[in-house]
Amino acid sequence: MRAALPAVLPLALSLAFAAPQALAYTVYVSNEKSNDVTVIDGETLEVIKTIDVGQRPRGITISPDGKELYICASDDDTVQVFDTETLELKHTLPSGPDPELFVLHPSGNPLYIANEDDNIVTVVDVIERRVLAEIPVGVEPEGMGVSPDGKTVVNTSETTNMAHFIDTETFELHTNVLVDSRPRFAQFTADGSKLYVSAEIGGTVSVIDPSSGEITKKITFEVPGIAPEALQPVGVRVTSDGKKVFVALGPSNRVAVIDGETDEVKDYLLVGQRVWQLGFTPDEKYIFSTNGNSNDISVIDVEAEKVIKSITVGEQPWGVVVSPN
Amino acid sequence: MGRKMLQARLLGALGALTVTFGVVAPTWAQDVKLTLDAAVIRVDAGDELPLSRLDLPPDNDAFAGAERATADNATTGRFLGHAYETRLIDTTPEEAVVAVEGLAGEGVRFFVSLGQADTLLAIADKLSEIAPQAIVMNAGARDDRLRNDDCRANVFHVVPSRAMLADGLAQYMVWKKWTDWVIVHGSNPADVAMGEAYQRAATKFGIEVAGTLVFEDTGRARRSDSGHVLVQRQVPVFMQDAADHDVVVVADESAYFGSYIPYRTWDARPVVGDAGLEALSWHPAHESWGATQLQRRFERDQSRRMTEHDYDTWVALRVLGEAVTRTNSADPAEIAAYLRSDAFEIAAFKGQALTFRPWNQQLRQGVLLADGKLVVSVSPQEEFLHEKTRLDTLGYDEPESTCSFN
Repeated sequence: MRAALPAVLPLALSLAFAAPQALAYTVYVSNEKSNDVTVIDGETLEVIKTIDVGQRPRGITISPDGKELYICASDDDTVQVFDTETLELKHTLPSGPDPELFVLHPSGNPLYIANEDDNIVTVVDVIERRVLAEIPVGVEPEGMGVSPDGKTVVNTSETTNMAHFIDTETFELHTNVLVDSRPRFAQFTADGSKLYVSAEIGGTVSVIDPSSGEITKKITFEVPGIAPEALQPVGVRVTSDGKKVFVALGPSNRVAVIDGETDEVKDYLLVGQRVWQLGFTPDEKYIFSTNGNSNDISVIDVEAEKVIKSITVGEQPWGVVVSPN
Repeated sequence: MGRKMLQARLLGALGALTVTFGVVAPTWAQDVKLTLDAAVIRVDAGDELPLSRLDLPPDNDAFAGAERATADNATTGRFLGHAYETRLIDTTPEEAVVAVEGLAGEGVRFFVSLGQADTLLAIADKLSEIAPQAIVMNAGARDDRLRNDDCRANVFHVVPSRAMLADGLAQYMVWKKWTDWVIVHGSNPADVAMGEAYQRAATKFGIEVAGTLVFEDTGRARRSDSGHVLVQRQVPVFMQDAADHDVVVVADESAYFGSYIPYRTWDARPVVGDAGLEALSWHPAHESWGATQLQRRFERDQSRRMTEHDYDTWVALRVLGEAVTRTNSADPAEIAAYLRSDAFEIAAFKGQALTFRPWNQQLRQGVLLADGKLVVSVSPQEEFLHEKTRLDTLGYDEPESTCSFN
C-alpha cells in the first residue's frame, strides 16, 4: 500500500489538471427487454460494460454526488441501488408495485416513485430505506418532475390525464392540471418558472406556469410525410439556461428541438426507432436519446442541433442518465 | 375468445336484476358537483354452450369492466367534483326495452348496451321517443347494418364492426402474402354476416377467395365424451374438396364449429378468423401501449382475466367519463356534442388516440390479431395508407357508408 502511493498520486494530479478536456462522466442506459444497463464512457462514447440488473429496468437516475445509480426494476417491484464505482448492487429500496419512473429530490433524498398499478406516488427515504408516504394520485401515475427548489413534485397520470402538484413537505396535492391524453413526462426549467408536460396520445406538450397552474401554451408537432398519430411526445429535457427544449417523439423516430423562449419548434432531428427518453451530459454538450426499437442511443450535439453518432446498447433501451462528474 | 354473452339462467328466470355500483370518495376529495348516472344493459339471448370449457364466460362478464371503468372515472372525478354511478342490469331481449324504459323514467340518460342488433335498435328507438337526449353506447352488436342503413343518431358504437375486424385480419394476410383463401362459415345469420365481412375484406384488399364452404349447424351437442374421435374424421372429409388455398378463414360467431378446424384440415394450412388467429378488440395477453396496467388492475380486483366484453364496456364508460372530465358536465346533450366534436379523443391502450367517425359514430380503433396466447400483430398494418387516418382503412369508410350524420 505504502509503496503504491507515490505512483498513484502524480496520475491523479495530472488527471485533475487535464480536467477541462477530459470529462470523466459516464452514461447509463436501462434496457427494458435485456434486463441490463449499458455503461458508456462519456468521452470516447464507447460501451465500457454491461451490467445485469433486475427484471424490466425502466426509470433510471443518479444521486447528485454521482455515487449511487437508481434503477426501477419494474417486474421485480423494487428500486435497485448500484455503486457507480464498483457497478455492484448495493441494496434495494421499497418501491411499491411496478415502479416505472421516479425523481430524486434535488438534495438527493427522498425518492418519489410513480406506481402505475396502485394510483399512488411512493416517497422513499433512500438512506433509511423506508417508505415515508404513499400519496393517492390519478389513474396510472407515470411522469415525475421536481421543482428546482425541491418544494413541489409533479406527477402525471396517464388515464386521468392530469399533472398533479404535490407539496413535498405535507405530501398533499394542491393543484391538478388537466392536460391532453396520456401525459408521460414532467420537466421543470432550471429556474422553476415553467413546467413542460408531454401528452403521448394527445400529441402535445403543455407549457404550464407552476405558480398559477395555468397552461400558457400547447406545443404541437408536424413533420411532412409522418402520420400525425406517430408524433407522440414522451421524454422532455431543457437546457439549464432554458433556451433549448428537446422532446422525444416516440414512433416518429424524431427528437424535436424547441426554442425555450418562444416555445416554438425549430427543428426535428432523425434518431433511432421509437425514441422515448433523453439525458444531458453535465456540461450540456450532448443529449442522448433512447431508441427502443432500434436498440441504440443517438448522441445529439446540443449546440449544433445535430445527431453525431449512434451507439448500440441492449434490447429495448428505455431510460438514460449521465453521471454528474 | 367467446364473443357470446352467456349468463346464469337463474338471472334470466328472475327477470331484470339490478346492481348499482358506486365508488366511495375519500375525505380529501372535492365536493361532488355532478354525477354521471349510467346503466350497463346485459342481454341474455340464451346462447348455447361454447365448444371449449375454457370459453365459458365469467358470470360478471362485461360488468367487471363496468366496475373497473367506474372506479377509474371516479379516481379522476375526485379531483374535479365529479361522481360516477353505474347500474348493472341483467335482462333478456324480450324485457330489455321495458328495463330501459324504467331506467329512463328514473332519470338515467346514459346507457351501455351489450345486446345484439335488434335489441339495440329497440332500445335506441324507444329512448328517442321517451328521452330524446339519451345516449346509447353500443358495446355488443358488431353488425355493419347498424353503421349503415340502420344507423341511429343516439347510438355511439364502441365495439368494432365485423367489417373492421375482417379488414384488420385481411391486411395482415396481405402483409404475409397469404392471399388465397377458403372461407368456411356457419349457417346462422351471424356466421353468414361474418362470412360476408371476410368476403368484402378479400375484395377490398385484392385477396382471392378460392372457395366458400358452409358448416351447417345441425343443433348437435357442443360437447360429448370422446367427441374428438368423430370430429377428427369429419373435418378433413368436409375440407377435402376445397380449392387450392394459403389459409382457411373461419366465420363462426355462433362458436359451434370454428375450434374444430385447426389441426384437422385436409391440407396443412393455417386457420384464421373465429379460430386460430383471431381479430379482436382486446386480448388478455395484450401488453403494448401501457395495456399491462389495465390488465393488472383489472386482474387484481376480479381474480380473472379481462375479456373483450369487459374491455368494450370499459371503453364505453371511459368515453363518457372522458367527456364529463373535459366538459365539466353530465348533461347528455353536451356530452353527445362533445363526442361528435373534433376535440374528443380517448387513449385506450391501442397506441393512438381513438375518435368517433362523424358519419356513423363508430369509434375508430386498432384491431388486435391474437392466437390463444399472444398478440401476433395489430392492424391497421402500416403499409395501408389513408388520406385522413390509417384507422379508416378498417371498416366502412366515409365514401362507402350509407349513413351520414355529418
